[in-house]
Amino acid sequence: MKELVIISGKGGTGKTSIVAAFATLAENAVLADCDVDAADLHLVLDPTIVKRETFSGGSQARIMPERCTACGKCAEVCRFDAVSSREADEGQREKAYRIDPIACEGCGVCAWFCPEEAIEFAPAINGEWFVSETRAGPMVHAKLGIAEENSGKLVSLVRERARETAKSRARDLVLIDGSPGIGCPVIASITGADLALVVTEPTLSGRHDLERVSDLTRHFRVETLICINKWDINENLTLNIEALARRRGLKVAGRVRYDRAITEAQIRMQSITEYATDGVTADVRQLWANVLETLRSPNVTATGTTN
Amino acid sequence: MRIAIASGKGGTGKTTLATNLAVAVSRQGRSAAYLDCDVEEPNGHLFLKPALAERTPVAIPVPRVIEQACEQCGQCGAICQYSAIVCLGQKVLVYPELCHGCGGCALACPCQAIIEVPREIGVVERGQAGPVQFVHGLLNVGEAQSPPVIKAVRAAAPDVDWLVIDAPPGTSCPVITAVLNSDFVVLVTEPTPFGLNDLILAVETVRQLELPFGVVINRADVGDGRVVDYCAAEQIPVLLEIPDDRRIAEAYSRGELVIDAVPETQAAFEQLQARLEESLLPHRTGEP
Repeated sequence: MKELVIISGKGGTGKTSIVAAFATLAENAVLADCDVDAADLHLVLDPTIVKRETFSGGSQARIMPERCTACGKCAEVCRFDAVSSREADEGQREKAYRIDPIACEGCGVCAWFCPEEAIEFAPAINGEWFVSETRAGPMVHAKLGIAEENSGKLVSLVRERARETAKSRARDLVLIDGSPGIGCPVIASITGADLALVVTEPTLSGRHDLERVSDLTRHFRVETLICINKWDINENLTLNIEALARRRGLKVAGRVRYDRAITEAQIRMQSITEYATDGVTADVRQLWANVLETLRSPNVTATGTTN
Repeated sequence: MRIAIASGKGGTGKTTLATNLAVAVSRQGRSAAYLDCDVEEPNGHLFLKPALAERTPVAIPVPRVIEQACEQCGQCGAICQYSAIVCLGQKVLVYPELCHGCGGCALACPCQAIIEVPREIGVVERGQAGPVQFVHGLLNVGEAQSPPVIKAVRAAAPDVDWLVIDAPPGTSCPVITAVLNSDFVVLVTEPTPFGLNDLILAVETVRQLELPFGVVINRADVGDGRVVDYCAAEQIPVLLEIPDDRRIAEAYSRGELVIDAVPETQAAFEQLQARLEESLLPHRTGEP
């Protein structure tokens, strides 16, 4: 079984549209939407949820007012400015402390040192994850709660469940839709993957972000391909980015032209390869063929998942 | 006033809006600063081309164990929620990249065997881009936690009339850290199903933070009308609609400011400035 992850560094370069197309072209894949704080793949693949579970990535502190003596120890030890206090006023017997759930980092230091044991420190529900059926195969996806943390842990969980699903359903590919950036959820989506495809665009921002995200894949030793979406927006920059990629030892897997059909397909909840038969679809099919070829070449070996 | 430019979905035009807004207000004679809080993939410098004058490392405190003093009691491992310090028999192992810098282990250690040492995870750079003061942060490649770097960018904000904060995409902790303590959040979206889905998530986020906000619709004539319908149904003000224009896309691709490359957009940014001033005035007069 192999894991292919689609990332971009910069947001909005077309990751999800390309993953949706790959999903409908792949014959034996499990899909994993690892963009857990702004997931979109379900908007195209229209999943039927067959399993739904809550996710807890850590604990959160809460002061129990009835036990709190307002000693202020919690505020003293908190490094995240999550403890605020209100002076005694009318109707309020004494000074009151409160923990801001948004600022709370879940370190539990306040609860550990509270002399009155007045701080509850219990696992928090940070989101939900789902196993679904789609017309393109099984899909594992998730929804991080609003303003929640621990997205990296949720990404790891989605990948793990996707691998299990692939194993139990005898599917040989896990196709991962990643998130923008280079931080915690992206790291969680690429570590140990067999191949990364970076979707970039011919803009200075696209090039800049490609450099940082390919530094990241190199750092975690994940073999990396690139493709240039909307390549005809700026042909010179496309050539420039392809040259840059080669200098960095990244293989250019393809170019995809700019076409409003991509948006039209999205509005109809179809992948581009379902919506159109030629034009941009031909580009995406060629890209998929090139990606598959690399994925099947003996150089790309599954790290840790050889079974 | 502090204006944060955010979006659930990436690539909707946050940086275009933030950089051009900062330049537009500075050309009106206001003091302005641009803060790039997308520390994973900052792009504002490509458009503002600042002369960078100052570079400050960002570090978080991580534990170092003084082995001679350690009695292997295991308290450090017991308090740590991140598995960043583990006591295994005679040995205490530290995994600095997992550490959030809460300081719990050093406080919990009864032997004073833990000291904290700074570990650099990124950098904040400051400079000047014409009349606009410029600050951005860069997370070191391979580091997972961007919020400490974002906090450092926010802390480096100069005192100006207009502070324009360019936030990272998404709805989780990096976005929250970037937009907290702003006076108004502008959510940039595009009128597509993905744009709408992620706008709704972003709206839920700013509502949870109890921040006033409005929407800018970019490439307003592609896609469908559902974003406009949603904003109307939710009574969310649409501050500006920017049409899809190949000249804007090309200027963006070359790292040019849209107000310079497509001069008629100047009026659009002035309109946005006026709408933001209108939105904020009632809040301002309400303050003591």
